[in-house]
Amino acid sequence: MTQQHDNVRPDHRIILEWIKKDSSVLDLGCGDGELLHLLIQEKRARGHGIEISDEEIYKCIAKGLNILHGDIENGLADYKDQSFDYVILNQSMQQILHVDRVLQDALRVGKKVVVGFPNFVYYRSRLQILFGGKTPVNASLPYQWHETPNLHFLSILDFIEYCRKKKIKIERKAFLGKDQRVYLFPNVFAQTGIFLISG
Amino acid sequence: MKIPNPIAEIKYFTFDELMLENGEKLGPITIAYETYGKLNSDGTNAVLILHSLSGDAHAAGLHEGEKEPGWWDSMIGPGKAFDTDKYFMICSNVLGGCKGSTGPSSINPKSGKPYALDFPLITVNDMVNCQKRLIDHLGIKQLLTVVGGSMGGMQVLSWLVNHPKSIRSAIPIATTARHSPQQIAFNEAGRLAIMADPHWNFGNYYEGKPPAKGLAVARMIGHITYMSDVSMTEKFGRQKKWSSDEREKFTADFEVEGYLRYRGDNFVKRFDANTYLYITKAIDHFDGFAGKSVREAFQHVQAKVMVIAFKSDWLYPAYQSQEIVKACKIAGLQTSYCEVDSTYGHDAFLLEIEEESHLIRHFLKKVFHDHEVSNDPTT
Repeated sequence: MTQQHDNVRPDHRIILEWIKKDSSVLDLGCGDGELLHLLIQEKRARGHGIEISDEEIYKCIAKGLNILHGDIENGLADYKDQSFDYVILNQSMQQILHVDRVLQDALRVGKKVVVGFPNFVYYRSRLQILFGGKTPVNASLPYQWHETPNLHFLSILDFIEYCRKKKIKIERKAFLGKDQRVYLFPNVFAQTGIFLISG
Repeated sequence: MKIPNPIAEIKYFTFDELMLENGEKLGPITIAYETYGKLNSDGTNAVLILHSLSGDAHAAGLHEGEKEPGWWDSMIGPGKAFDTDKYFMICSNVLGGCKGSTGPSSINPKSGKPYALDFPLITVNDMVNCQKRLIDHLGIKQLLTVVGGSMGGMQVLSWLVNHPKSIRSAIPIATTARHSPQQIAFNEAGRLAIMADPHWNFGNYYEGKPPAKGLAVARMIGHITYMSDVSMTEKFGRQKKWSSDEREKFTADFEVEGYLRYRGDNFVKRFDANTYLYITKAIDHFDGFAGKSVREAFQHVQAKVMVIAFKSDWLYPAYQSQEIVKACKIAGLQTSYCEVDSTYGHDAFLLEIEEESHLIRHFLKKVFHDHEVSNDPTT
């Protein structure tokens, strides 16, 4: 049964498209568990989430999800190699202190890894820096400099270059503007980059 | 309008004999238990509640003529987290206990006198094996869940490892797979307080005065470890019990001292000192991973697990719960873990009702629902 996903977040819609049926999934920094819940319902996924916020944990439990309270940095070490078909780091990678270590571990624990992050050089951000002379605040970077949970500011090109250097295979990629997919000059016009990678 | 608590009634189940973990045989054994709610026709809604060190079978409701409800009444009842309109709840007093189940204060059939120190050294697994007998007796093949805090949580782990097929889920709360030296040390101080009391008389006090002072001190030590620095400050501050001109030497000057004395003295009225010795020994020796590495511990387990810890609990710190979670992760179990933000210390598992209710209510609903769906031939 295919369902309309009109009320599904655009980034979730893309990830939902990529994940194969009956997969096992680990969602790192799963928030209120919306994506995980969707994957279980639509793709019969078996899933776990890891989340640091108390409030979100209670929401995940209310959805009937398997959820582990803790930070992502220490959450992966206990899993055996290839424990999951997919490890998801959607909008959480840029908030991790040791990104490199976590990504390598995610690629060890998962057969494939989904990474989604805000594109720091989205054209509006560029304009805000160039003409406003201020740290960009917009839809994809909604935080003021003093309250942002983001530790890393990267562009789509940065990530592609990182994967090339680390010999990480990019299997699929998708770019999002406000609501629509972006196909032309994503490093300029996309607010969000989503990648499916493997080791 | 306050809904009156349902009347609870204690029941007894006696069986001939149990082979203990240490190879000795003990019998006959009586297990005191209470039940709340109704077992459904296919027997899929039974929940076993496991009590902590000083708990008993009376988990919920009121005993005839009494004012105080059972120890987890805020969690068990119609519409509560353990909804007795949906689930059948069972709680029994542990083997070695003093509230109706066979323990050191029970009559030894060989001598016609209380066992006292002739009672064998029992283990947490022995307690659980008695509970398994009770469940069999009640005609329950598989429990919906086993749940308990502190020592109750250790019994949960024992169920997981020793009777994995008899449970569909498990909820260990504020507990550990193994006592740390610090936990053993507090228990040893309590035991020595009892044994230093001249009335203890090597356990033979049932015909005379009990070692009340020693047991009260043991309980005081316990209570200190159940609270947190913050909860003690909030509850007592440096409040004094009386003004300075009334002061005598070495009385309970501060509120906190009065509280501990009161708690200690009260405990003596309802608890047996030998039981305290036996049970604390059992939990000190408990090894929830059955002597194996974390990696191997849960490899045959299939139950869904929810581990709950509390941030200010320094007696059973969260890292010990995380060890249990780690074993679950390695075993590939469906696991949830929540570290509840609380300032109550170890006592939180009896006090943080709102958070605990939310977690347990939804977890149980999911486990119950999944089972019903998987057993429904129409799906």
